[in-house]
Amino acid sequence: MEEFKHLFEMLPKVQGYIYPNEVDLNWSILIVLYPYITGLVAGAFILASLERVFKVKVLKPTYHLALLTALSFLLVATMPLINHLGKPMRAYEIMITPHLTSAMAIFGFVYLWYLMVVLLLEIWFDYRKDVIIWSNQSTGIKKIIYKIISLGTTDISPKAVALDNKMGYIITIIGIPSAFLLHGYVGFIFGSIKANPWWSTVLMPVIFLFSAMVSGIALVMLIYMIVTRIRKMKIDMACLDTIAKYLFYILILDFTLESLDQIHRIYVSEESFEIINLLISGKLYITLFIFQVIMGTLIPLFTLGTLQFYKPADKTRKTIYLIISSLVLFGIFFMRWNVVIGGQLFSKSFYGFTSFKISLIGTEGYLMAFIWLVIPLAILSFLLWLLPPWKKQEEEYDPEST
Amino acid sequence: MKLINKNANRRSFLKAGLFLAGGAAATTLLKPYNAIAVVPEEPKGEKPWYGIGIDIDKCIGCGSCAKSCKIENDVPMEPFFFRSWVEQYTILNDGSVKVESPNGGLDGFTQSVPDKDVFKSFFVPKMCNHCSKSPCTQVCPVGATFESPEGVVLIDEKYCIGCRYCIQACPYGCRYLHPKKKVADKCTLCYHRIKKGMQPACFANCPTGARIFGDLHDKKSELVRFLKDHTCMVLKPHMNTGAKLFYNSLSAEVR
Repeated sequence: MEEFKHLFEMLPKVQGYIYPNEVDLNWSILIVLYPYITGLVAGAFILASLERVFKVKVLKPTYHLALLTALSFLLVATMPLINHLGKPMRAYEIMITPHLTSAMAIFGFVYLWYLMVVLLLEIWFDYRKDVIIWSNQSTGIKKIIYKIISLGTTDISPKAVALDNKMGYIITIIGIPSAFLLHGYVGFIFGSIKANPWWSTVLMPVIFLFSAMVSGIALVMLIYMIVTRIRKMKIDMACLDTIAKYLFYILILDFTLESLDQIHRIYVSEESFEIINLLISGKLYITLFIFQVIMGTLIPLFTLGTLQFYKPADKTRKTIYLIISSLVLFGIFFMRWNVVIGGQLFSKSFYGFTSFKISLIGTEGYLMAFIWLVIPLAILSFLLWLLPPWKKQEEEYDPEST
Repeated sequence: MKLINKNANRRSFLKAGLFLAGGAAATTLLKPYNAIAVVPEEPKGEKPWYGIGIDIDKCIGCGSCAKSCKIENDVPMEPFFFRSWVEQYTILNDGSVKVESPNGGLDGFTQSVPDKDVFKSFFVPKMCNHCSKSPCTQVCPVGATFESPEGVVLIDEKYCIGCRYCIQACPYGCRYLHPKKKVADKCTLCYHRIKKGMQPACFANCPTGARIFGDLHDKKSELVRFLKDHTCMVLKPHMNTGAKLFYNSLSAEVR
């Protein structure tokens, strides 16, 4: 009886009629984290590609940081998923016997493609020369690690380095559609569920993509400020302003798309309209209107918009950027929450609601979710110690070299 | 003495070996992908293609179907796990709709709306629709959910990874995660019974004959006759799931 205690507690909280199998939410906070984390990866990578492919040289200080951030989060992206499975030890089946009509089946391949072909290769080519130099300079365990990372290569002739650069460039070009694929695909996992009117929209992959870019850019912005502060270095304001400008533009697109989705729902007013209307004005009111729309979207939009034509002092701007990037990250987290949790709160009979209660401990509790968000930051700290972007050879920073 | 070209022999042995190994590897590699090639189709001819008929006019809401299902299939008794349940619909005089299913109707029903306010009331037994284009089968990432040659949607519980995507994809709320087995669970149409020529438990235990099980290919079957004699409808037809559960007297309020 003890294992069903939480379900019995939820029974009186059911409003209206729900199918009897719908009392418990099948996808919990770990599945909120999954699109959130993959979104951060895709967004951070796209910011990096702005510098590499679109030659926005002012973003140079964040280029390697963005790549390492993307890698740190990508390494963890699958963990909440596997953690959530009823049978985690069978997770590998999705790779060896993928059922190709399933939107979820390809995730393993998309993930591996992105990890192995895009991020790891790109970072490797970017750092190969430095790793070889560092391996000659360091001693002990660090030397061994560098030796392993360099995969036995020792050639740092200008010709070899030029090839590295060329390869990095090509991989980034492949990487941009891959990043779009990675996160658009995550949106499709939800968007293709025709049984759920809250998820089932053709805009879902696009909305996921743009919200991913927004969150990834905000994350790199925040991490750049924090890391520079820890290193007691001067923050490059031109770089920060440019990031803020891109954040502003993409936030406009993201907000437009999400508004379009809602306006369309209201206007066509399908069978599910009443229940969804009740959902967003009731159970999702705080997380949707207050957290996602006002705090996560409108305040950042208004502030960043103002900064486009009015520039206060550097110090003020830094504080603003710190607050805005945090707000955006907070807002996008609740955007994922509203999709994943919100989509399961109403019954597919459209006659009622169940409720969602999350505990602090347990594999699906707050604490576990928090841990899955902290681990990528720990990985990033390690990567920044091992592969510090600021210690890379000077000429790397020379805009003319690429 | 005849010269034997040992090399040639070795070469042909290697060739044959490689050929066999390659063939085996290719088969192994391609096997998982046959899901795309062999999407189950309605068999032509004599083979059975099972469907379900439910006559709402005959259902008295006794809950025998739901109860017998739980007993027959070892479904957890807690009121959160149902392969088969009954809903009570009450349309009030003011046009509002009240739906109830306390404990899935296992213990029968009482009418909570005062008689004077009731416009009409009826019971709707629910169970898996055994869709021929089932969304749950479509979304299973490992192919653990499949359709049997007779059109019964089943789960290989030794293969299911418990991702619950199928539960999200079912428009009818017919699936749940088994709390002990930690895999998805659903109505099997009592596959173990029908393969022996018996009726599924919920059909065998319906006291009013409101549930009709049969072969849609057999034009003489009770089910085909039922479909011919009544105007039947499936739930959520706009979902295009190819549902094979047909209701007589299905009211527009039922979802």
